[in-house]
Amino acid sequence: MNSVSQQLATAEPAAVAEVRPADMAESSAPRKVSPPSQRDYRLDLFRGVALWLIFLDHIPTNIVSWVTIRNYGFSDATEIFIFISGYTAAFVYGKAMTERGFLVSGVRILRRAWQIYVAHIFLFCIYMAEIAYVASSFENPLYAEEMGVLDFLKQPDITIVQALLLKFKPVNMDVLPLYIVLLLLFPPVLWLLLRRPMLALSASVALYAVSWEFEWNLEAYPSGTWYFNPFAWQLLFVFGAWCAMGGSERLSGVLRSRVTLVIAISYLVFAFLIAMTWHIPPLTPLVPEWLSALLYPIDKTNLDVLRFAHFLALAVVVVCYVPRDWPGLQWPIFRPAIWCGQHSLEIFCFGVFLAFAAVFIMGEISGAVAMQFFVSFAGVALMIAAGGLLSWYKTVEGRNPGSRTKTTDADMAGGEA
Amino acid sequence: MKALVAALFLTYLLVGGAEAQRADICDVPGYLLFGESELGNVTKSVKEKRRLDIMIFGSASSTLGGPEGKAYPARLEATLKARLPDIEVHITIHAAPRQTVTDMWNELKKIIREQKPALIVWQTGTVDAMRGVEPDEFGSVLNKAVENIQANGTDVVLMNMQYSPRTESMIAVGPYAENMRWVSQQRGVPLFDRLGVMRHWSDTGVFDFYTPTKAFSVAQKVHECIGRALATQIIDAAQLGPMAKVAQ
Repeated sequence: MNSVSQQLATAEPAAVAEVRPADMAESSAPRKVSPPSQRDYRLDLFRGVALWLIFLDHIPTNIVSWVTIRNYGFSDATEIFIFISGYTAAFVYGKAMTERGFLVSGVRILRRAWQIYVAHIFLFCIYMAEIAYVASSFENPLYAEEMGVLDFLKQPDITIVQALLLKFKPVNMDVLPLYIVLLLLFPPVLWLLLRRPMLALSASVALYAVSWEFEWNLEAYPSGTWYFNPFAWQLLFVFGAWCAMGGSERLSGVLRSRVTLVIAISYLVFAFLIAMTWHIPPLTPLVPEWLSALLYPIDKTNLDVLRFAHFLALAVVVVCYVPRDWPGLQWPIFRPAIWCGQHSLEIFCFGVFLAFAAVFIMGEISGAVAMQFFVSFAGVALMIAAGGLLSWYKTVEGRNPGSRTKTTDADMAGGEA
Repeated sequence: MKALVAALFLTYLLVGGAEAQRADICDVPGYLLFGESELGNVTKSVKEKRRLDIMIFGSASSTLGGPEGKAYPARLEATLKARLPDIEVHITIHAAPRQTVTDMWNELKKIIREQKPALIVWQTGTVDAMRGVEPDEFGSVLNKAVENIQANGTDVVLMNMQYSPRTESMIAVGPYAENMRWVSQQRGVPLFDRLGVMRHWSDTGVFDFYTPTKAFSVAQKVHECIGRALATQIIDAAQLGPMAKVAQ
């Protein structure tokens, strides 16, 4: 078996070798960590798949969403998306920070956060258009109470300002605001990761723990808090970035061990069995009371430890069975997912839009199972088409990885962090 | 692994499906019923005092515009009276629109100081979901409230939200429904899974919840079905089956 360090490292063997001398010197003095030099297609592949799953899960009544991982364990596609986003952000901007300095890369990160903010507000407009339509076209005395959710349309002054402040976030529009906050705070985190990675990770873990203890979260409008608590979810993002900064090599010993793999697989099986009791009510009583008292509630808002552990277990299994140089990554069958993963912001936003459109079509025409299949497959096909188009465009524009120097390679990836 | 999931899911569908093969359109498949939970105070009140006081404590979806007596609380009362003719059945309704579970509990605290029904049917969740109250907080407030009511010697049945496909993409009811299920398990109280039941009626074509309508007729039929299903489940959970008449 290949060294798991290399598999997880997402660095080419050459890049690992580059890092090694620094590793040896690292024991006492602060070191300069270099981010890996070449993109790992596994990241694109799994992020692409995660984007599809997020799309499927965003259609409320959808039989096809039975295939998504949230039904078979504690974590879901959001964890994959945030971890990989942290990893690629460190990969892209870490390189920029070592080559161009803190300020340039910091501004680049902020510019990216701005792009995401604009994308989020754009999606919000589409959402408003959709529900304004529903408000004017749907009537049923049975749902007098539920239609109250549209009351905010009567106060556009407040609603729009709250949306611009990222406090008012309609259903399924919570991921981008989280991402924006994570990127805003990323420059100093990355600076620290490049010098004292362990310190940065420890700070992240500490923030996670403190936010649990003191129930820190950002406020939302009209009440409550953010659906994805940034103080908690930053852990996954920073952990992803830490892995990109050589953390995965540090973990290689642990990852290489059979014991880890056995623990990871056992945990996945356990989570699978628990998840089955959610779907098959007669099984629910089989979970002893002390266990359910221990497990529940599994808190998504604050990234429950069970969810984080479930993601780690998945990652351990994946890096073990899908090595970085796995020939399958070149297979045409995986191309579509890689395209989507490489243009994650565009495809994510497109997916949110497609989910709105799917809900609209199901409401206007039919919500039958056949329609659920149709909108699901059509949606994923459109996402693939868009991903393919963006990749093709990048290629003909001469911005494909092979055609430029190393510096612009990072720049290229800058579009996809 | 996939084959296992498929097999389990199929079994689940078959079991659910077989149970659903009865005539009444209001019927609810077995997996959506109360399960093992019991209603000890209801049993006691009916057997010892020959009376049954129920309080419906809910939000706007526990009422219905239009003619009186068509919302589910009235249908529940009518069904219970018909099926338990020797028992004095009284139902009181407190339907407070736009109240979160915290508001509701503040009000309920005062009410239960003066009244002591055998059973409180607590319908909640929709307003909290619309306002985006933190689901955990929702769950813990509800859990504590139910514990208090139980200590007061009153049974509780929780009722979750309506299935509303048109607003599904705007109101994320899922986490609140999960929390209500969790509270029902923690406190050993029955959950009337209105969300699941109405979705079942929608999936099996009993009702169409998509089409816009100004008419009250569909809404009234839905409430009729909810009232009847709730009555049946209360009778079963309180083990009053032997003394009850068969549902018409």
